[in-house]
Amino acid sequence: MESPNPFDFYDVRGLFSDDERAVQDMVTRFVDEQALPIIADAFEHDRFPKELIPTIAEMGLLGCNIEGYDCAGLNNVCYGLICQELERGDSGIRSFMSVQNSLCMFPIHRYGSEEQRQRWLPRMAKAQVIGCFGLTEPDGGSDPGTMKTHAKKQGGDWVINGAKMWITNGTIADIAITWAMTDEGVRGFIVEKGTPGYTARDIKRKFSLRASVTSELFFDNCRVPDSNRLPEAHGLAGPLSCLTQARYGIVWGAIGSATACLDECLRFVKQRTLFGRPLSHTQTIQRRLANMVRRITNARLLALQLGRLKDAGRMHHSHVSLAKWNNVRMGLDVARDARDMLGAGGITVEQCPIRHMLNLESVITYEGTETIHELIVGRELCDGVAAF
Amino acid sequence: MKILALTKYVPESTAVIKVKPDGSGIDPAGVKFVLNPFCEFAVEEAIRTKEKNPAAKAEVTALTCGPAACAEALRTALAMGTDHAIHLCDNAFAGIDELTMARVIARAIAQRGFDVIFAGKVAIDYDSGQLGPALAECLDWPHVGAVTAIEWGADFKSLTARRRIEGAEEVVEVKLPALLTCEKGLNEARYPSLPKLMKAKKAPLETLDAAALGFSAAELSPTACATRMGEFAPPPPRPPGRMLEGEPAELAKQLVKILREEEKLI
Repeated sequence: MESPNPFDFYDVRGLFSDDERAVQDMVTRFVDEQALPIIADAFEHDRFPKELIPTIAEMGLLGCNIEGYDCAGLNNVCYGLICQELERGDSGIRSFMSVQNSLCMFPIHRYGSEEQRQRWLPRMAKAQVIGCFGLTEPDGGSDPGTMKTHAKKQGGDWVINGAKMWITNGTIADIAITWAMTDEGVRGFIVEKGTPGYTARDIKRKFSLRASVTSELFFDNCRVPDSNRLPEAHGLAGPLSCLTQARYGIVWGAIGSATACLDECLRFVKQRTLFGRPLSHTQTIQRRLANMVRRITNARLLALQLGRLKDAGRMHHSHVSLAKWNNVRMGLDVARDARDMLGAGGITVEQCPIRHMLNLESVITYEGTETIHELIVGRELCDGVAAF
Repeated sequence: MKILALTKYVPESTAVIKVKPDGSGIDPAGVKFVLNPFCEFAVEEAIRTKEKNPAAKAEVTALTCGPAACAEALRTALAMGTDHAIHLCDNAFAGIDELTMARVIARAIAQRGFDVIFAGKVAIDYDSGQLGPALAECLDWPHVGAVTAIEWGADFKSLTARRRIEGAEEVVEVKLPALLTCEKGLNEARYPSLPKLMKAKKAPLETLDAAALGFSAAELSPTACATRMGEFAPPPPRPPGRMLEGEPAELAKQLVKILREEEKLI
């Protein structure tokens, strides 16, 4: 019997349907041909590779798990595989797609009016309209219930004041799904670029997600009509359900980062000779590689079962928390170890682990920090009592 | 206008090819198959012709001839944007040579009124490049090979094709119906789209077997084919490199001596 594939040690791909494999192959090819040749340079120069957007849209990746509205209506495993392949390229590319899909198209589809869906979703699928998601604020992300941004009803309009921070796609977005406190609780608004009082500014000097736009949003007496409010979103459950979608994609994405690091690492340790033998023939290296493969294999099985639960409508939000916590931690540890095994060369942008490692420092923080996810799982074990 | 694009399902260019122990062919186990890259140019050109010339009211059909798994090549073509797909599918087609396959395809499309056929210049599996010209011959149509640019006549009854030849470019005017084989550089093939891929998965393919096309087993037997694959053998393993040792000046002398006297390369 042949030796197992190091990147998919338990042949998890064998558990996918033909459709799922076809979707994965398509995105694998796109990443190999279009993203990998430019991504290191984009990261180095702090540049979001916008030139990838038209092809991402033409392939139908945006809104791919929505039925209707010119979208593909894929299942959640397909969506996960797309995230996995894009993040094998870079977390920044996956982040762009996550935000457009899970944080913008999803809430419009789930909480919007039919008119809002018709107006925005087909154009968002074609990337004619880019979205961003404004929930996190400068004074803390893990406790969104205490948000300071508020909206006051004035006649038929809402007047929004406040600021949002760490907003992916902020300055390139045509619409911002903005969450604000009102007298009736948290509500979601579609704020269009160019609305007086709404501005966005990029956050610079990042060491992470450099191939991604990260921004601050400002609302200074920003007036939007009630028709821009998401009518079905009541309370914090609205934005939190969006985060559950995005976190689900991250669960898969981290596998992509880890396999990219393993790939780089395997090639290096096999050709690098030290003390008269290839690095790969030493116990230290073999144990570390085996550990990487063990953790990637675990992560793959976890992601697939999570996807199957989601497709069956049986996914609890704590399932996502456990997987996001496990898989991103796995990705970050694999990337750091890969960086180390590459020796001095591992500190340059020429080899991908340091880039993935730096990206994953964001990924482990955003969409619910690792600690918050531990506590979300803990809450389910302790009579539903939140310790945060 | 009716356009046909020929497609073939071939091992991916980076696949590690293993030969079956009995030398009868390559072992497909573990090998990923894809739409032949030159066929991608053909499909792309067919779709572009339709998109760029709405006045021509073009309809694009993709066709492949091969076992059941080859349907994937057609799904890819549909996901890129072809309107229809025809699968000539029969185990009896598995061993036939290019000329016989051209006869099969010619019969399958005889009554369908195609105006132009785009084919790949070559398939990257067996690298023969015979099917396009052979099909043109069977249909008694003109054929332009390895095309890198196409300009359509205003009435869509003719076209001008450009092809690279040794040290120059040849410009060929051709009246339709005609068959063109596509060379790298003609276009850049698009990625399939997910919504179209999902639709293609559900769309029934038109599948025709040997009996439906009126071919007897004898007509498709190896003895009826003009050529046949003799045997497959892996290339001989590369001999190990030789290390020379010594001072640079001495090494250079040694190397020149080896290249001249042993390898007879200089």
